[in-house]
Amino acid sequence: MSRQETRIWGLMTEFDDVAEAVHAAEKVRDAGYECWDTHTPFPVHGLSDAMGMRDTRLPWLVLVCGATGMVLGLAMQLWMNGIDYPLNIAGKPLFGIPANIPIVFESTVLFAAISAFVGMLIANGLPRWYQPVLRSERFRRVTNDRFFIVIEARDPSFDVEKTRAFLESLGGLGVEVVED
Amino acid sequence: MQQITDISRENRFLEGLSGRLTITGVILGVVGLGAAFGLAQGAEGGVHRLWWSYLMNWVFFLSISLGALGFVLIQHLTKAGWSVVLRRIAEALAANTLVCGLLFIPLLFGLHDLYHWLDAEAVAADHILQHKAGFLNLNFFLIRIAFYFVVWIGGSLFLLRTSIRQDQTGDYRLTQRMEAASAPLMFLYALTVTLASFDLLMSLDPHWFSTIFGVYFFAGGFLAFFALLPVIVWWLQGRERLERAITPEHYQDMGKFMFAFLVFWGYIAFSQFMLIWYGNLPEEIGWYVRREAGTWSDIAWLIVVGHFMLPFAFLMSKHVKRRLAILVLAGLWLLAMHWIDLYWIVMPELNQEATEVPWSLFDLLCLVGMGGFYLAGWSRMIGRAALVPEKDPRLGESLSFENV
Repeated sequence: MSRQETRIWGLMTEFDDVAEAVHAAEKVRDAGYECWDTHTPFPVHGLSDAMGMRDTRLPWLVLVCGATGMVLGLAMQLWMNGIDYPLNIAGKPLFGIPANIPIVFESTVLFAAISAFVGMLIANGLPRWYQPVLRSERFRRVTNDRFFIVIEARDPSFDVEKTRAFLESLGGLGVEVVED
Repeated sequence: MQQITDISRENRFLEGLSGRLTITGVILGVVGLGAAFGLAQGAEGGVHRLWWSYLMNWVFFLSISLGALGFVLIQHLTKAGWSVVLRRIAEALAANTLVCGLLFIPLLFGLHDLYHWLDAEAVAADHILQHKAGFLNLNFFLIRIAFYFVVWIGGSLFLLRTSIRQDQTGDYRLTQRMEAASAPLMFLYALTVTLASFDLLMSLDPHWFSTIFGVYFFAGGFLAFFALLPVIVWWLQGRERLERAITPEHYQDMGKFMFAFLVFWGYIAFSQFMLIWYGNLPEEIGWYVRREAGTWSDIAWLIVVGHFMLPFAFLMSKHVKRRLAILVLAGLWLLAMHWIDLYWIVMPELNQEATEVPWSLFDLLCLVGMGGFYLAGWSRMIGRAALVPEKDPRLGESLSFENV
């Protein structure tokens, strides 16, 4: 099979110092780029601010799904125990709130947890089988001691020459083209 | 980006405030408790009623100190970094078990007004009390109380003094010593807090028993500590203390703890209720029946809504937790709810037949009086020491702490 024609997916620059990388991220943010990311070997405090990331809306999804789980858990027991198949157990009310609370609690947690997990995957665009930066030899050190900033070609402000010059102006160990 | 706040220019001592707090506290204490005892002497059955208010308010402050002690122990056991700037405040609160121990002494004269099982005639006529007499008798009770306070005062003073000593020497081995001591102390803490709740609160109705009661008491006190902590921080920062050292990052973690133990308290409270409600056994259910009778039912609902539902919804958001003034409001509310919760635990036993909530001026006078001594005790405990452990090896970690 012939090799497909490659095209530029983005530009990547490398840092060996966490402070430098965070500082550079602030500059990328201030330059107005939108489709870009910072890759680090460990969670870096303050990086979200430096990248200008907006607050995630995931909590709202979790809140709504948790409330849904609560209502469904309660409705399920009301239907099953109170209406469809009433069963007198030790003279307790057919639909007694205290007896229903454990199930309501569990269904609330179940819905909230699943929505948080699935919502997080979707919001991050995961699962993803392939990430072009993984082709780079240098990028392998991202799991060890190097920090990378990648600006994607689909960014509206992306221009190979200008963006390369911009990334070079950030310092770092050198700019590399990432091909798709 | 991680930056360690420079605290060398920070105002981190109480200085003149310490003396003023102590004087204010002692005046409040003497006036509050003095007025309570004075009024009680003049009224028919006043002294009897007073001891119930005294016990309930005393347990209120004791539970906060025990919450603080638990917090300090956990911080050492987990080698926590984020909380170092808050730890001195908690260490002094925990050491206030000394004040609580002193305030127990007057209670010795009120034990017969409080504990039914001390009445020899009642025990002679009651088969169950005879069975429990091996545990519930005056001598063993006093030995146990003494043991609890030896553990609490000894443990908390050791942790406070070692920490203050480190301010001078900066010796990291003191941290290791506190961590090593925290493991056995944690074990003793769990044992003593559980048994103390049985002795002081559960035995007010000596027929009733609930094995989860110790956890319930711990959860309430731990929550009350996290409700009080932001109030203290707010007060200190309003007086230009620790303005830079304690940041919204720390506020948020106090709020998280408050939220977490609010849920924990609700979980435990409900676990106790549901099993007894479902079992519906005569020897267990009476405790709840009395607490749902008459106007007690209003208090019970106030606790369900005010101690759990409202603050649960209120504290959910991160933005609430990061604003100190709002967190203080939640803290004050939860402290009031903790007080109501203890009132609901203690007071129905004052008269098992009554269905009216027996509000009394003594409740407030004891709150003010004991609060005064508690305040004075706290300011004496911190005294001339810094408000943060200055040479703690993890102080830098705490000063540069960020949540995200």
